[in-house]
Amino acid sequence: MLIERSNFALADVISINDFSLSDMNFILSQASRLEAMRIEEKNALLSGKVVASLFFEPSTRTRLSFETAAQNLGAKVVGFSDANATSQKKGETLSDTIRMVEKYSDVIVMRHPLDGSARRAAEVSAKPVINAGDGSNQHPTQTLLDLYTMRREFGKIDGLKIGMLGDLKYGRTVHSLAVALSMFDNVELYFIAPEMLKMPGHIANAIKGRVKIRESAELHEFLPELDVLYATRIQKERFADPLEYERIKDVYILTKEILQRTKSRFRIMHPLPRINEISTEIDETDAALYFQQAANGIPVREAILNTLGNEK
Amino acid sequence: MKNDDIRLTPISNGTVLDHLKVGSALKILELLKLGHQHAITLAINTESGKLGRKDLVFIEGKELSGEEINKIALIARGATLNIIKNSNVANKNKIELPKSVNGTIKCINPNCITNAESIATKFSISDAPLRAKCRYCEREMDESEIFNSVK
Ligand SMILES: [Zn+2]
Repeated sequence: MLIERSNFALADVISINDFSLSDMNFILSQASRLEAMRIEEKNALLSGKVVASLFFEPSTRTRLSFETAAQNLGAKVVGFSDANATSQKKGETLSDTIRMVEKYSDVIVMRHPLDGSARRAAEVSAKPVINAGDGSNQHPTQTLLDLYTMRREFGKIDGLKIGMLGDLKYGRTVHSLAVALSMFDNVELYFIAPEMLKMPGHIANAIKGRVKIRESAELHEFLPELDVLYATRIQKERFADPLEYERIKDVYILTKEILQRTKSRFRIMHPLPRINEISTEIDETDAALYFQQAANGIPVREAILNTLGNEK
Repeated sequence: MKNDDIRLTPISNGTVLDHLKVGSALKILELLKLGHQHAITLAINTESGKLGRKDLVFIEGKELSGEEINKIALIARGATLNIIKNSNVANKNKIELPKSVNGTIKCINPNCITNAESIATKFSISDAPLRAKCRYCEREMDESEIFNSVK
């Protein structure tokens, strides 16, 4: 596959804040092409290349998705899935681990518990680095697969009306997604959260003017207008007072009844895993897009690996 | 610095920092780590037409480096830097905010890689309101967080 790298300006994939609209569109288009490609053809794309998969903290879903993508492209995968197995435990710095790994790999995929670790790794490494999650900071491939899911389902992202539901205060997934969506044309965002879990002011400020924003604590107010509802988990650890958590956790459970008040093309997304935010009775309806969303991680990660793995 | 103030200048050669936010003079002394080589005079919470109240710092025999000036810009916005030669103001400039600083601010995020490994911090600075954003963890610090984290 010919790669027109002129449309992709990044040497690493570290933060969604580094992406221009054309960088995002490039990855989404590549993902479409890869999804349609026969596996034999795909297998040749990174044949002979080595992808280092460095998971300094466990994240089985993300790791399997990346490693499957790498293998689909014919790359060899080396690495670890838990920092206990490595010299990090003996006190080696991240910088030194990266300097060692870049000698025998062509691309580095890493997840690390410290914020900013991926940016640091990219500074040290001559080989491209892909951030698979750095602490509570960034997880750009999640955002790209969310965008890909919308584009694949609706044919475009421009003009979509997208609700974000649940923990909008601490959820980095919705922060990054809101920033990314604001770069498309005429997107309307609906922030639906209880007062104490509202979207932080700095995110709303960063995108204000580029996107129409409406906010409410009430889901039903916006339901009939939405194309997509992006649900998130409300995490117990966020609450100092367990009673407060008990009071809030069940406020936004999505049941089949809500589908009577939505558009026919209405879709529900969720980064998974879910606890009880989406009732399982929705799984069998056309509104359930979350399993497809998870599967979309493969072509999106293939697109990123293929783009960076053929560079440097 | 008004002409009235110049006559008060207790130094003949060196640096006067004027229009300092009240409360920043002691912090500036702490940051400049001047030791005992220089004669230093402070004016704290003095009246000023422009700010209402201000601090002033007079340092005999000292010219500030670019990095030192950046620190002052971050903790006392709007400060004026006067170079004194032969008891006259030889040069007077409002201190500009730098676009970025390296190694000047400690990141406030305890989970940031810069607090775990010995890496020089890198912050980009924006104005109105004053903010410093960590290049690594992307955490943004506000004015009072910056004041307490300049090192
Ligand atoms: Zn930081």
